[in-house]
Amino acid sequence: MYIIVVGGGRLGYSLTKALLSEGHETLLIEKNADVCEKINKELGSICLRGDACETAVQAEAGTGRADILIATTGEDEDNLVACQVAKYRFNVPRTIARVRTPRNEQIFKQLGVDVTVNSTNIILERIEHEVPSHPLTQLFCLNGDNRDLELLEIRVSAGSPVLGKSLNDTSIPAKAVLGLLIRNSERPFVPRGDTVFKLGDQIIAVAPRDAEAELWKLFSGK
Amino acid sequence: MKVIIMGCGRVGAQMAIMLDQEGHSVTALDTDAYSFRRLPPDFKGDALLGDGLDEDVLRRAGIEEADAFVAVTQEDNRNVMAAQIAQKIFNVKRVVCRIYDPLRRDLYAVLGLEAISPTLVLAEMLKEKLES
Repeated sequence: MYIIVVGGGRLGYSLTKALLSEGHETLLIEKNADVCEKINKELGSICLRGDACETAVQAEAGTGRADILIATTGEDEDNLVACQVAKYRFNVPRTIARVRTPRNEQIFKQLGVDVTVNSTNIILERIEHEVPSHPLTQLFCLNGDNRDLELLEIRVSAGSPVLGKSLNDTSIPAKAVLGLLIRNSERPFVPRGDTVFKLGDQIIAVAPRDAEAELWKLFSGK
Repeated sequence: MKVIIMGCGRVGAQMAIMLDQEGHSVTALDTDAYSFRRLPPDFKGDALLGDGLDEDVLRRAGIEEADAFVAVTQEDNRNVMAAQIAQKIFNVKRVVCRIYDPLRRDLYAVLGLEAISPTLVLAEMLKEKLES
């Protein structure tokens, strides 16, 4: 597979290295001459110096035969334009953009970027996960195909109205599914109607985004 | 006509003043309040502090009722992105943007944008002057 990476920062550099080690034909496009030289010394001649937002540079990079273009710079606008040039000028089948401002994710999709990776939200979610008092964490987004589902980790907290109640006696939001219950060091199990919730229970659930607030109320007790 | 101008630098402010004097309803947008010093005291339009890439800011600027949108910030890619948001997400009828880099010329054609490159225009004008 021929993959073009845009931006030789920490992310672009590490990604290029990983792709090369997986055996992909990979080219990195970087604006800064010094950065370019340094990478070429280290990884072999795989870095092209230039601005990937220019069609001439992408033409030189052979973007026309690329399978994927991944834009990893720290500037959202630059990532958008690089992906659009690849998509609309060179018909690259799959474009992936790093997005730093969360609200840009939707805009990018509307403007033709195939996949967006929101680095800010990912870091936020990871940190939230490590804050032990946090009763609800988004683990993963299962969106696409007109669905907007999330994989959630929920912790049954003190004051929750479900404490001591069974699943049958609890009104879970209609479109939410509680898939797995993890309790102490027991083997994780699928909660059944007669499963009674206990303090500290960890629940893995799949739910639409709009059910999140209701789940939060139910399990956090706040 | 209701016009939103993103970027209240020398060009943006000048345009805002001209359109305002002709009786159009103008909203000037900039991320730096200091830029609005370029607007004269008798400017009748609005000056709004905010990022023109933010849909909420654009809505506050009245983009849903705007007839025209002009993107003239200092950065080409910001202009390209803002122009597309105005054109494709808010369906503004007339959208124009400035792109300094003439090498990006075929980009606007590809994206269906109307853009002016001051670099190219000025170079051509200066050359004409020399030849006349």
